[in-house]
Amino acid sequence: MEFITELVRFMGERKKYWLIPILLTVALFGFLIVITQGTAIAPFIYTLF
Amino acid sequence: MRILGISAFYHDSAAALVEDGRIVAAAQEERFTRRKHDAGFPRRASQFCLGEAGTNLSGVDLVVFYDKPFIKFERLLETYLAVAPRGFASFRMAMPVWLKEKLFQKNLLRRELRQMPGGDEWNAKLWFTEHHQSHAASAFFASPFEEAAILTMDGAGEWCTTSFGMGRGNTLEIVKEIHFPHSLGLLYSAFTYYTGFKVNSGEYKVMGLAPYGEPNYVQTILENIVDMKADGTFRLDQSYFDYCTGLTMTSGKFDSLFGGPPRRPEQPLTQREMDLAASIQVVTEEAVSRLARSIARETGQRNLCLAGGVALNCVANGKLVRERIFNKIWIQPAAGDAGGAVGAALAAYYQGCGGARLPLNGHLDHMQGAYLGPEFTQAVIERDLREAGAIFEVLDEHEVIERSAESLADSKAVGWMQGRMEFGPRALGARSILADARSPTMQRMLNLKVKYRESFRPFAPSILREDVAEWFEIDEDSPYMLLVADVTEQHRRQMAAAEVNMFGIEKLNVLRSDIPAVTHVDYSARVQTVHRETNPRYHALISAFKARTGCPTIVNTSFNVRGEPIVCDARDAFRCFMGTEIEVLVAGNCFLRKEQQNQNLKLDYKSKFELD
Repeated sequence: MEFITELVRFMGERKKYWLIPILLTVALFGFLIVITQGTAIAPFIYTLF
Repeated sequence: MRILGISAFYHDSAAALVEDGRIVAAAQEERFTRRKHDAGFPRRASQFCLGEAGTNLSGVDLVVFYDKPFIKFERLLETYLAVAPRGFASFRMAMPVWLKEKLFQKNLLRRELRQMPGGDEWNAKLWFTEHHQSHAASAFFASPFEEAAILTMDGAGEWCTTSFGMGRGNTLEIVKEIHFPHSLGLLYSAFTYYTGFKVNSGEYKVMGLAPYGEPNYVQTILENIVDMKADGTFRLDQSYFDYCTGLTMTSGKFDSLFGGPPRRPEQPLTQREMDLAASIQVVTEEAVSRLARSIARETGQRNLCLAGGVALNCVANGKLVRERIFNKIWIQPAAGDAGGAVGAALAAYYQGCGGARLPLNGHLDHMQGAYLGPEFTQAVIERDLREAGAIFEVLDEHEVIERSAESLADSKAVGWMQGRMEFGPRALGARSILADARSPTMQRMLNLKVKYRESFRPFAPSILREDVAEWFEIDEDSPYMLLVADVTEQHRRQMAAAEVNMFGIEKLNVLRSDIPAVTHVDYSARVQTVHRETNPRYHALISAFKARTGCPTIVNTSFNVRGEPIVCDARDAFRCFMGTEIEVLVAGNCFLRKEQQNQNLKLDYKSKFELD
């Protein structure tokens, strides 16, 4: 929780709220990558791009 | 007030302890763990620093980390976004590490700190300084100056790759920055990679290789890759690089420009690599020189402090000194990321807590000769050696100096482990291998039989400060081996026409001066001036060598083999001694000769360490 608070404060300080949607997307992709730890996810992500 | 500075998680982890503004201790983790460039949390280095102050973590008021992970992550995200969908391979490699660990560095640091002695009672604050603020603070607050301009240059911090600022008393202000991906450090590293050396450690080799080549590619670099302005600011054409999007430093376009793929590591060096090294060295020197000129013009300052990895380019530093843009230049000896630990702690003390600057009290600066690491008592050295099976004599102070000087004069390679270990990448006469600089065969012998490294690499001289002007074209303090100067005319040897016309690596075989072991092929040398005030024993040794030979300079190279961290204690020193062709080891007052040792203790040392 402290981490989330600090992240929000950080984005406020640096006026980078526009990073929020990117962060969420990255967190999702990152989460998938971490979970799968392999190459299987790659084609899925490529199609999104 | 005690402040613990920490640099970690990228490369060269280190810890430093500052007590009321005085640097009590500083050390790199690799020296304890024996893993070169160890990037882990510097637990043992921190424990050593706290021990030097006679405390544990419970006695620390503040812990400061040397950069800001959130901003670095922001840089990563914005870079990936800017180049998407290219860069996915790099993204996929980086994200798991960040999402699992690096993004949560505050928690990681807290966890590691709590596991240290006194950690359960530690409840003080944890601060973060910016990467280049740490470099700038390590340069200015440790310098002898009350007021100075500051220039920091490295690969990349958070966003910043080059910064210039002003330091006055206990204040420091960053005035201008150049941001990623435009980076002098990364440019040099790209050429390091392309010439077949390891990024982050092979940059020295490129600098050492440069004098063998001709700077034929300077125009190609400036016309295609680097857009360098008159004030030294620059932009890099990213189409030639791959570090933003891929897993290598350079792109296919870079290969096409320089006529082929990168040299593979350990492949033979060709004239092309030597010319490329010479060219990137000239470009780097030009950028540093132009930056320094514009800073001098803008600030009107006569003193300059330097830090960041690029400040370890002692050839560029030497040129800066000779150009007399500033009256005085001071370079942080631990200019790389390890020095960020000292900088973070100093920044917190002066900028964060408003501490008053300390007087110099006759010292050269506030770094104490960089002798900030562990020291071992005579009893501990004897115990360690005995346990290792060493056969040694214990001499008195006078005999240690005389017998060591005699060994050097007899052309023996001497392992020298004395007093507090150095902080930073250079061995400065506390953990050094020493030899006779007058010997024509010494450079080759040391490279091939002692250090097990490439034969083209030069060695550096240690010279008594009072004699430096007679032997080298410099009359400045250079206690940290960070300035390069040429051997004076009077000590150069006249060369035959055929020798002058030699090309590339052939130049290595020509005798150039009275001190050939430390004279590079362009007559240059990376000079260390030795001062009685900071290292009296080392000064006494060189003085005794001078009394015997008339020569006030000796070879000084770090006490390790290629790929190994510099030795820390007597056990490390004995292992390195037995694994190489070092003939004499002097550890404290213990004197060891190779031929007297149990030959069964000899090690296969050469293959023990991963090549750097």
